[in-house]
Parts: sequence; structure tokens; C-alpha cells
Amino acid sequence: MKKVLEKHKQYIWLAVYFVLTVASFLVGFNPGKEVFSNFTKFFIEMVTFIPFLFIIVGLFDVWFPKEKVEKHVGQESGLKGMFLVIILAMLQAGPLYGAFPVAYILYKKGASIKNIFIYLGAFSSLKIPMLGIEIGYLGVQFTLARTLVSLPLFIAAGYLMEWYLKDRNFKVNQL
Amino acid sequence: MVNNAVIFIIVSVVLTAVSFVLDRRKTIMGLKKGLNMFRNIAVPFLNILILVSLVLYIVPPSLIVKYLGAESGFWGLAIAALVGSITLIPGFISYPIASVLIKQGASYTTVATFMTTLMMVGVVTLPLEIKYFGRNVAILRNVLNFIAAIVIGVFVGLVL
Repeated sequence: MKKVLEKHKQYIWLAVYFVLTVASFLVGFNPGKEVFSNFTKFFIEMVTFIPFLFIIVGLFDVWFPKEKVEKHVGQESGLKGMFLVIILAMLQAGPLYGAFPVAYILYKKGASIKNIFIYLGAFSSLKIPMLGIEIGYLGVQFTLARTLVSLPLFIAAGYLMEWYLKDRNFKVNQL
Repeated sequence: MVNNAVIFIIVSVVLTAVSFVLDRRKTIMGLKKGLNMFRNIAVPFLNILILVSLVLYIVPPSLIVKYLGAESGFWGLAIAALVGSITLIPGFISYPIASVLIKQGASYTTVATFMTTLMMVGVVTLPLEIKYFGRNVAILRNVLNFIAAIVIGVFVGLVL
């Protein structure tokens, strides 16, 4: 029930906006017209790439299922292990707090402390759907610059966390 | 912008074609998945565009340039990092905001710092994070990422 209401709330926003916009045009209310011209620009910007982005993401999802990668995480160590957690993180979607339960799974599977935090770092900044949106809105250069600087930094953060936590009885709790 | 759209259209068409040749059933499944994801975010996305259009009308560019522009220096960076750390804005919403900020005169440094803290530092979700990792680890991770975000912002600003 609550979910249904939530959904309708979204449509109410949209409906109110369009009623107000039509009214603005009828009455000749300039701020309303200007907001609408902003909206049109944003709408065109979005429609020209977001649907295509989701085609790419959907295909990725089918060809590279994250369950398959998850199977191997934890068993592999060294560079390969690090590579795997980063790939696994890239295949995810959603906010950072959605990564904590996965961090628990990684911990359970025997992933190193370093790799758990590298996973969190990659999850927060290298998810493929997000990279797509970022390229669309901020450009390839911005995305490249940001990811190339981020990658070594969160790998370093992983090493730092491992170094600090090694003898401190680190564990990830299940909620 | 047009160039970006062209990249996405070409990549998606090529990928779909290759995928279709390799496995027709999988391709249809993938397209359906993508369509579903798009459907899920379409309405919230439109709502955000409305909100951004409104804010853009109300907030004058001069204000954005003053507080987040190239001349804003330390305080611009501080504002971006703090707002990014405290707020909890989903990625697909923050990118249109970021793009508007840049078009209105915000610097790449402040925007990259804002985006990175948004993604990597979570003050609101800290209690939850503490439950998973314990107090020390959660705080340490957030502090490290906060510092990293500022470094990332400064570097991106230098490169672009």
C-alpha cells in the first residue's frame, strides 16, 4: 500500500508541474515559461543518451552476470584477486550502503581486508551504469580523469586499511 | 553533448548487433532488462529534471560562480566536500546537477570533489556502516575517502 502511494506521489509531482506549465503558457507567466525551457533542454539531453545507456547496461548484465564473478572472489589472491573484486564492483548498481552486505559476503568468502576496501572504493566510483551517466553528463574527459586518479587512491586506501587492521581483529558483521 | 549522445547510440547499436549475432535469446533478455531499468528510473528522473529546472531559474549563475567557481578556492572546495559528504543523493540524480553546475560556472575541482564525496563518504549512512564494520573502521574509511575525494577534485581540476 505504502509502495503504491510512493509511486503515485511521483506521478503527482509530474502532473502538478505540467498543469502549472500549461497554465503559465495560457496566462503568459514568464517564470513558468523559462522553467519549461530549462526543462525541455534537460529532457532532450536525457532522452538522447539515457535509453541507450540502459541498452548497454542490460546487455552487460546478461553477458557478464555478477554471480559468475562472485563465485571466484576470495579464492584468488594477488593482482588477480584485486582485479576480480574491482570487476565485481563495476557490475553492481545502487548506493554505497548496498555494498556493505556484499562486503560481508566477500569477508565470509575469505577475501583479504585490502580487497574488501578496494571493493567498496570501486563500488562507489566505478559502477558501469554510473560511469555511463557520468560520461553522458560530464564528458569522457572528466570521467577518464576522475577514474584514473581515483583508482590508485582507493587501492592505496585498501592497503592502508589492511596495514592498520591486520592485527586488530577486523571483522564484518552480518545484520 | 551531441557528441556524447552519438557515442552512446553507436556503442549501443554495435553491441546489440554483435550480441544478436552471438545469441539472439540473450540479447532480447538484455534489452528487456535494460528497458525495465529505464522504466524504473524514468519518472523519478523527470521529477529531478523539473526540480533542477526550477532551481536553475531561481539561483543566479553569479551565485554559483562566486561559491563554486574557479576563484572560490579553499571555501569552494570545503563547501563541495561537506555538502557531498552529508547529503545522500543517488548518482543518476547528482549527474544532471553536476552538469548544470559546470555550465553555470562551477569549477571542475569543486564538482569532482562534490561528486566523489557524494559517492565515497556517507555521514548519514555512518551508523549503518558502523554496524557492519565497527566504529573505528567505519570512521577511518570515511576520513580516508574524504581526503581522497579532495585529492581527486584537485587533480581533476588540474587536468581539465
